[in-house]
Amino acid sequence: MLLVMLIFLPLIAALFIPLLYKKIGQIHTGWFVLPVPAALFIYYSTLLPSIAEGGSRVSELQWIPSLDIAFIAYIDGLSLLFSLLITGIGSLVVLYSIFYLDKHREQLHNFYVYLLMFMTAMLGVVQSDHLISLYLFWELTSISSFLLIGYWYTRDRSRFGALKSMMITVFGGLMMLGGFVLLAIMGGTYSIRELIGQVPEISNHDFFIWALVLILLGAFTKSAQFPFYIWLPDAMEAPTPVSAYLHSATMVKAGLYLVARFTPIFAVSSTWVWLVTGIGLFTMFWASFWALKQRDLKGILAFSTVSQLGLIMSLLGASAVAFHVEDAVGTYFVYAGFAAVFHLINHAVFKGSLFMIAGIVDHETGTRDIRKLGGLMSLMPISFTIAMIGSFSMAGLPPFGGFLSKEMFLTGMLTLTEFNLFQFDTWGILFPVIACIGSVFTFIYSFYFVFHTFAGKHKPELLPKKAHEAPIGMLLSPAFLAILVIVIFIIPNVVGDWLVKPAVAAIQPFLYSSPQEVPVDVAYWHGPNTEFFMTLGIFAVGFLMFWTLRKWQKSYDLYPESLTLNRLYDNMMILSDTGANRFSRLYMTGFMRSYLVYMFSFVIIIVLGTFVLNEAFAVDMNNLAPVGLYEIVIMLAMFGSILTILFSKSRLTAIIALGAVGYTVALFFVIFRAPDLALTQLVIETISVALFLLAFYHLPQISRKEERMRFRLGNAVIALGVGVTMTLVALAAHSGKALPSISEFYKETVYTEAGGGNIVNVILVDYRGFDTLFEIAVLGIAGIGIITLIKLRLSKKEGQHENK
Amino acid sequence: MEIIMSVVIGLLFMAAVYLMLSKSLIRIIIGTGLLSHGAHLLLLTMGGLGGNAPPVVADGVAVSDYADPLPQALILTAIVISFAVTSFFLVVAYRAYQELGTDNMELMKGTEDHE
Repeated sequence: MLLVMLIFLPLIAALFIPLLYKKIGQIHTGWFVLPVPAALFIYYSTLLPSIAEGGSRVSELQWIPSLDIAFIAYIDGLSLLFSLLITGIGSLVVLYSIFYLDKHREQLHNFYVYLLMFMTAMLGVVQSDHLISLYLFWELTSISSFLLIGYWYTRDRSRFGALKSMMITVFGGLMMLGGFVLLAIMGGTYSIRELIGQVPEISNHDFFIWALVLILLGAFTKSAQFPFYIWLPDAMEAPTPVSAYLHSATMVKAGLYLVARFTPIFAVSSTWVWLVTGIGLFTMFWASFWALKQRDLKGILAFSTVSQLGLIMSLLGASAVAFHVEDAVGTYFVYAGFAAVFHLINHAVFKGSLFMIAGIVDHETGTRDIRKLGGLMSLMPISFTIAMIGSFSMAGLPPFGGFLSKEMFLTGMLTLTEFNLFQFDTWGILFPVIACIGSVFTFIYSFYFVFHTFAGKHKPELLPKKAHEAPIGMLLSPAFLAILVIVIFIIPNVVGDWLVKPAVAAIQPFLYSSPQEVPVDVAYWHGPNTEFFMTLGIFAVGFLMFWTLRKWQKSYDLYPESLTLNRLYDNMMILSDTGANRFSRLYMTGFMRSYLVYMFSFVIIIVLGTFVLNEAFAVDMNNLAPVGLYEIVIMLAMFGSILTILFSKSRLTAIIALGAVGYTVALFFVIFRAPDLALTQLVIETISVALFLLAFYHLPQISRKEERMRFRLGNAVIALGVGVTMTLVALAAHSGKALPSISEFYKETVYTEAGGGNIVNVILVDYRGFDTLFEIAVLGIAGIGIITLIKLRLSKKEGQHENK
Repeated sequence: MEIIMSVVIGLLFMAAVYLMLSKSLIRIIIGTGLLSHGAHLLLLTMGGLGGNAPPVVADGVAVSDYADPLPQALILTAIVISFAVTSFFLVVAYRAYQELGTDNMELMKGTEDHE
């Protein structure tokens, strides 16, 4: 119970935020929010010792017991690592946002409600053991991300970016749900832990490969892998604290979490290894390559995030390789899994600080355009130092945390060349090569980010504001993260033992039964091996290319805009929009006759179809009432009236003929021994005719000039169809009685039970009194409608349109 | 008799549908009027047209061969409701003609920017 409740704690706290914002406006609402993630962080930290020893915590809350759906919070090393990241970075981001968002100008209650909602969603994703609740929280992260990207909803770019991220991630989420359902069908359970136990049976199932691909689609869209990464750069329209939190440190890592969590299930498949490693590595290269085209500070960081996510993704794929290697524990194959988790931590720390610095630069200079920036080093020395630490860690330079994980990444990729299954012996050599190229570009954009902002010539005339150092409160969070970057470099093995190894044991249960068995120690110096020379080469080439960046950066513009994935997305959106519109207009003509035609046609098709399917055509020649002379005469009168209505050109004639039909119906009632009906019909018909004549005065002459012959013929065909159908219905209804009529009951009990003589009247007011009540209600509604239509007139004055 | 009535009902429905599909508002309303007549007769025929006496128990003395009271009760309700609907239609038509100046359904479609 407790753990599940803790997941929902931020959401519950969110309930009070609007109230606090309204009542206590003079204190920044962020101060009330800050204790929530901070308290959670402290609580999750207390779990560290037992989890680091290989323990786990489970707590359960029933949700829909009849469908076997429950909230199961399961915390092992992997979940705990993510929970700490979510609450830890979350606390820092809230602290940062207090200084970033102005309490007088911003809609703070909206912002913090969304942010807390996201916290619950994200904690739910990483702790859920039940697939359905995992999916629920997964979509909740998409929704809160949508709301946060669109936080400045008056801006067109914000709304566009919000919708784009929503479209892509929710598409992936739905695919993932399909994969989950397939998994549950194969394994007979929704619990991830139980599914892991059933891998041998599941992996031989026909659905296995489908579940794999569908779940990967969910992970790739969320973690912005190629070709779905296009939503992340547009998501940068969100306020910078959000970008730092959702779009670099936590939410985009949900895809990585998903891949890590499902590695024990899918590692047996070569498709998994190829897709995760291949797509991840290609994304790493592709995004780092395009990062250098960006002019926006946050744009550079967005592409760099995509690239780093790809890097971690490829390492997770490589960690699945270890499943196929005999006695992998003694070989270099163990490095990939460790490097994946280690780099995930490093990335969250340095990228968080870099985003905050980008926000500070934006806040203090008024622009994020890197062409206008430069020379801020002397004006903003603290920001510069923090940015340099973060960037150098990203570039993989010592003495920062990124250096260590980058080395291990190269080791992991190099090891893949030794793998001799799944055609890795022929294609495996590509992995370290692409990794090297990607790393070179990573090196360049890291330098590009920091030196083009802070070094070079200061251009105050281009800046909207006079640049100065940020207030101390805003610098607190990024400075703390920067210090953490260095601390991780100093004590990598402490981090490894407490955080990384428990997570690795959860990703690779096929190798280790407890975190202590993970045989990896982080070392600064491995001797002059291949990785060392690769790193040297990357630094050298990267530095040379950065030096000449201005000369070749223009060549990016040669790539035609029409071939980009963004353009493809835009075209798809436009096409589906206009396509759906056109399709609807095809049959939604706005002309009432069309709708009536659809309805009557369906009546004919469905009723006649039912007749054919059930062979219900029946004409019962027995039990017929005799045909008398009066009936024939009345009938002929009715035919005459109907024909008069159909062919008359005068309104008056048509109305009188309609009255005549009504009176003949009343005569039918007389003949068929229904005196009440006859009376009512006579009265009502008289009033109706009077009403028609009243309205007739105001209505125009019947004009049938516009009705062409074809139009009338079509109408006649449909009318004939309906007429024939109704005749068949009448015949069949009379001929076959499925059940005995309740009328016998009424006849027997009307005098004894209800104490009345007129059976029809007693039915109306007693047996079926509610029918009559509602009948009166209908009359009342019609009356009110008529009064409203006549008395109240719509004023012609148009209301002010919001967009005008 | 029931078979002949079935044909009558069919004809009433046919005429009603034909009128409702036309473009003139007043013909559509007349069509709905005919449609309700058809529906009433259909109900009556479904119950059977036999029975020698109206469904009234006079002084507690039951006659064995009544006309079926149930369809009659249903029709009684339906007549009143169809009256309400017809009068409402008429007022809608009257107001529509007043505001729009036409009773041609095709011209009442609405325009692109009027959705």
